Amino acid sequence: MRTLRFLLQKEFRQIFRNPAIVRMILVAPTLQLLVLPLAADYEVRNINLAVIDHDHSTWSRQLTQKLAASDHFQLVDYEESYRAGFHLVEQNEADILLEFPRGFERDLIREGKTTVMMSANAVNSVKGGLGTAYALNIIGSFNKNILTEMMPTPAVSPGEQIGVVSSVRFNPLQTYPLFMAPGILAVLLTMVGAFLAALNIVREKEIGTIEQINVTPIHKWQFVLGKLIPFWVLGLVAMTVGLTAAYFAYDIVPLGGYLVIYAFAAVYMVAVLGFGLLISTLAETQQQAMFISFFFMMIFILLGGLYTPINSMPEWAITLTKFNPAAYFIRVMRMVVLKGSTFADLWPDFKTMGIFALVLNSLAVLNYRKRT
Amino acid sequence: MDSALHVNQLVMTYGKGKVTALNDISFDVERGELFGLIGPDGAGKTTLFRLLTSLLIPDSGTAHVDGFDIVKDYKEIRRRVGYMPGRFSLYQDLTIEENLNFFARVFKTTIEENYDLIRDIYVQIEPFKKRRAGKLSGGMKQKLALCCALIHKPSILFLDEPTTGVDPVSRKEFWEMLKRLKERQITILVSTPYMDEAALCDRIALMQSGKILSIASPVQTLANYEHLLYAVRADGMYRLLNDLRAAPFTERCYAFGESHHLLPAYPNLSESDVRNYLDEKNYTNLEIEQITPGIEDVFMALLEKGSEEVA
Repeated sequence: MRTLRFLLQKEFRQIFRNPAIVRMILVAPTLQLLVLPLAADYEVRNINLAVIDHDHSTWSRQLTQKLAASDHFQLVDYEESYRAGFHLVEQNEADILLEFPRGFERDLIREGKTTVMMSANAVNSVKGGLGTAYALNIIGSFNKNILTEMMPTPAVSPGEQIGVVSSVRFNPLQTYPLFMAPGILAVLLTMVGAFLAALNIVREKEIGTIEQINVTPIHKWQFVLGKLIPFWVLGLVAMTVGLTAAYFAYDIVPLGGYLVIYAFAAVYMVAVLGFGLLISTLAETQQQAMFISFFFMMIFILLGGLYTPINSMPEWAITLTKFNPAAYFIRVMRMVVLKGSTFADLWPDFKTMGIFALVLNSLAVLNYRKRT
Repeated sequence: MDSALHVNQLVMTYGKGKVTALNDISFDVERGELFGLIGPDGAGKTTLFRLLTSLLIPDSGTAHVDGFDIVKDYKEIRRRVGYMPGRFSLYQDLTIEENLNFFARVFKTTIEENYDLIRDIYVQIEPFKKRRAGKLSGGMKQKLALCCALIHKPSILFLDEPTTGVDPVSRKEFWEMLKRLKERQITILVSTPYMDEAALCDRIALMQSGKILSIASPVQTLANYEHLLYAVRADGMYRLLNDLRAAPFTERCYAFGESHHLLPAYPNLSESDVRNYLDEKNYTNLEIEQITPGIEDVFMALLEKGSEEVA
């Protein structure tokens, strides 16, 4: 036990002498939580709209104005021909083209229906897709206006037989940070746990200090614990900093209470630390460890449900997410923060994470060798 | 099991037997002996050190350190040996004092307890004890590493090229320290690429390509080598080397510092024979001198013989 104490003392001393780590623990969570949820937002604004109006009528102008008035669209140009409009798309100056045919208004009045053409630039598929949807929405409500204008007192209203009243539960204002902050915290813990720890151990290999340690009577478990405990603490400190920032910046208070969050984070940290240790046994240099880490970080984030909902993934990907500890953590964080889930609700997740921790750490310890 | 180190037919290969690092090595080191391993890079010196300090497991053969088997009793060995790897491998972000303290405590001892053992060395770096190890000069790093390897009072000290990259003054100091440690009955196994250091050992083993070519005291090593040797010097050294190598009386000739060392093919070659041969080739400032071979000459000869045998 005394040996372990000296190992820990040494480890903490080194950590506090490394300004990069201290900065990462204190500044990274704050900055990420303050900036990212505001910038990386699902909503698409500033879609550049170009209009090709062959009709030059009141209604074509009205529809154009209606689109331009919404804060999703920005009217960038009027063009004479589709070809000229398309040129704008090629120049990346327009995202959506709206073309009014000649006789747009006349057809509308005479025949009661007409068509417009909308083309979207799908190089950025999110922007193209959402832009089209927004535009359709606006055109739809424009339709309704026309109907009431043309038939002031309809005997039977032709559309809108079924009205939809939507109610958004758990995040009623659909505040983006409320959704994003738990996810960012999850990524942060993974970084500290898996990657800082892995890099730290590999660094000892690279500098050769591990050689000097290996010829001492230090036991394997002492060395491993000496590495895991400091980063376990660091991870929880980083989370505390993050939660504090989330509280002050967005008034985020976990509905399920801090205790559940810390309890789950504590187990999660053990699991990712096991993973970090495993990486460190596989890599000989910090560069290798870095590459392995990046590879898994991408998988953890993209298959973790941080940006894209897991349920909308293909079947095989959903299966993969079951092996992604970060996915559990992100989900649990959201459930506790937004939904107020308790220990009882999350018991299965605690169990799964416990298994992760056990398996990853066993693999790592089995793979760790003091001698070759 | 009285010897400090008993190595018996040790074989070590890397890459599933593709590269043989150590090929059937056997030797003994007495207690309190200062034993030198001399050999070119890749001779297998570091591998031998790593085996004896229980960092590697041999393919075959046995070795006992202080009477303990390097495979079975590795825990016991780790308690008893001090190892100073060829590369500085202490914590660069900890100070001198913290490094020393850490290693003392890992071995469940304290600096105070074994202070007398390291005092001579430690006093030289003590004024800088608050300085981080990464900011020390090469010589100071070596002294610190030696202190850390000694702090638990090991019975055997393994020093892998401790003076490589260290200035001549520090090198000399370092060897004086080793002599003092020897007086305290600590067995020392040291490897070095410097021949002048070899002469300071009690016995030296010449290693090449994973084999030991000879083991003897420096004096004996020289005595075993009874060859006539000439040092030849003139203007145009490169041409001289080629001409000497082409000469009918030459067994071997190699550049050695400021002159070429000429090993005659027959023992009765006289200085004038060489001079006559070279005079025909119009050399200026020609100097020929009979010399007694140094360790380096012996080593060159043994290396040559060794590679002939391998081939």
